[in-house]
Amino acid sequence: MSATAGIRESRASDRYLGLFSQFNASAPGNDLAWLRKLREDAFVRFSEAGFPSTRDEDWRFTNLAPLVRTDFQRASESQRLPDAARIAALEIPKAACQLVFINGRFAPELSRKENVPAGIRVRSLASQIGHNPEALEPHLGGYLDTGRDPFAALNTAFLEDGAYIHIRKGAVIEAPISLLYISLGDGAPVMSHPRNLIVAEESSQATIVEDYVSLDGAIAFCNAATELVVGDGAVVSHYRLERESAAAFHISTLRVQQGAAANVSSHSILLGGALVRNNVNPVLAGDGAECLINGLFIGAGHQHLDNYMLVEHRRPHCGSRQFYNGILDDQAHGVFHGRIIVRREAQKTDAKQTNRNLLLSDGAQIDTKPQLEIFADDVKCTHGATIGQIEENALFYLRSRGLDEAVARRLLLLAFASECVDRMHEGSARSFVAEIIQNRVFGMAQRSPSESPAGLSAAGRRNLGEAL
Amino acid sequence: MSLLEIRNLHAKVGQHEILKGINLTVNAGEVHSIMGPNGSGKSTLAQVLARRESYDITEGQILFQGKDLLAMKPEEAACEGVFMAFQYPVEIPGITNAYFLRSALNAVRKYRGLDEMDAVDFIPLLREKAALLEMDDKLMNRSVNESFSGGEKKRNEILQMAVLEPKLAILDETDSGLDIDAMRIVARGVNAMRGPERAMILVTHYQRLLNYIVPDRVHVLMEGRIVSSGGPELARELEEKGYGSREPVTRGAVPA
Repeated sequence: MSATAGIRESRASDRYLGLFSQFNASAPGNDLAWLRKLREDAFVRFSEAGFPSTRDEDWRFTNLAPLVRTDFQRASESQRLPDAARIAALEIPKAACQLVFINGRFAPELSRKENVPAGIRVRSLASQIGHNPEALEPHLGGYLDTGRDPFAALNTAFLEDGAYIHIRKGAVIEAPISLLYISLGDGAPVMSHPRNLIVAEESSQATIVEDYVSLDGAIAFCNAATELVVGDGAVVSHYRLERESAAAFHISTLRVQQGAAANVSSHSILLGGALVRNNVNPVLAGDGAECLINGLFIGAGHQHLDNYMLVEHRRPHCGSRQFYNGILDDQAHGVFHGRIIVRREAQKTDAKQTNRNLLLSDGAQIDTKPQLEIFADDVKCTHGATIGQIEENALFYLRSRGLDEAVARRLLLLAFASECVDRMHEGSARSFVAEIIQNRVFGMAQRSPSESPAGLSAAGRRNLGEAL
Repeated sequence: MSLLEIRNLHAKVGQHEILKGINLTVNAGEVHSIMGPNGSGKSTLAQVLARRESYDITEGQILFQGKDLLAMKPEEAACEGVFMAFQYPVEIPGITNAYFLRSALNAVRKYRGLDEMDAVDFIPLLREKAALLEMDDKLMNRSVNESFSGGEKKRNEILQMAVLEPKLAILDETDSGLDIDAMRIVARGVNAMRGPERAMILVTHYQRLLNYIVPDRVHVLMEGRIVSSGGPELARELEEKGYGSREPVTRGAVPA
């Protein structure tokens, strides 16, 4: 480590210590011994580990220096609220309800909860801590691994607010639950640590959408974490949509705990942000559980989009499928690190992982790395990755029918992105997300392919998994 | 004015010259066939006409309706009325046949100053043309050529031609890989589109297709040059005697 980096790190340490001490003194529920301990232990873990560097295997392709050296502050308590009209523009049609958070804090004035169906409780986490923390205690902090991930530790240390959703046994909630996290400038660079806890009891069904949006171009750091506990036989679709500004740092973690025969679909769509790290960590802890991890990341400019999957099979007969599609243009850098752990008891595991990437420029870059750790002897595990450009033959075919090059290019990009949409269950959440993806794809720069006789520049070829 | 005039066309790929001085005139209402052995440059000629940009035109001119075809991009040529039925149509997952065709038709209509057609008006039109080619409606909602058999792909090409109504249709080895039934269906579709305003060029290795789609003129392409031209009987002669029997000869000469 260089001397400068060392100094930078200890300054960051001091800064976060100061911020934590200040926060901890008046944090919601700090009179609750268990909650206080949860936060303090988490902060100790964070201090000991520090921010990861590229020497950490899990962070090899992502340089966090710009995040580490920025002096982030918690948003002021008396933050001005945005216009209701701006929030309305972000609504999901036919959502059951919408909770809005500004810089990680619940904004009841902007939220809608009139039509929350029976069988589901939707509350701000801070409010739940205040009124009925007993419901939280068995689960909150019980799953996120603060020892392995310093950002999970940091989020837990600064645990303040977010969404608490509880779906009652057998309840089937058709309309999506919308959670909107808005990042808004506050003068100084702002950090927020939204924390969500979703508990879906046995045989329940629900769809939850987390949407992360910046309303301005201010530098912000959003470190979000969601614990999703899915009971036996329950079916949950979870969407994470990230469309923050070009100055945003976004780290998010979805930690899923699945019971027997539980079925979870996780859809992650990364569209914005300067530096984004998306962690998806399902644990299949009951026999016969299934999970689908479906992702799309689209980067342009100098965006860095890092996707870290950690699927853990703990019990027999579980299935997991990871499908991630990436589109990278300009100097954007994408990462896909797909880890699968199959424990000794997890016989008859069926795990599949596929990462497909389209590079649209010579400067675009993808690092794709499968990592399989298999401790059972009767399993099926496949992985594969492809890296390519827009297919010339397909492009010519479309143009030969009268579609001009820009239109043809956009159509092919949309077709590629639609692979991700096609894995989403039909409904208003899917339609909502599909339209946002379409707009993003159509907004991408139109340009001729960089001439590269070999097909791919050297920079575009890194750590290839076996092609399927 | 002839519909298509190719004058002394020379084309190469890399260092390799494939077309070595092609001269050809095609008038509206005519059906021409270009026959030749593998490697003679048939597909190259078809692709150059469709404006594939990977070929280097080193000499010559192509006039389409009096306009400089070589100055046009593929989409411009298409909108002007050039259509090529591909020898190997690609599959394009994620874009349905119906959506693709409607987009293509609207691109051409827009170019000609016509209103775009919405889905409501387009579907019956598509159905009518699909029925002519005995293609199931369901195939239209599948991605372009996705999991289509060879015959279905070729029929899909002719379906596109039927919808887009080009002035010049180039069929690049449309008969390759087709069984008798598929050939009959394709030929019916193509023949239904013959007319005084339209010209066709059938690029083919085998004479078989020409029994179903009888050409007005037959040209033999060998090693990048048209070595002879004649009426439909020339095709039968080739079938009997093979390409090896052809030397660069004048029309009507009988080899020893």
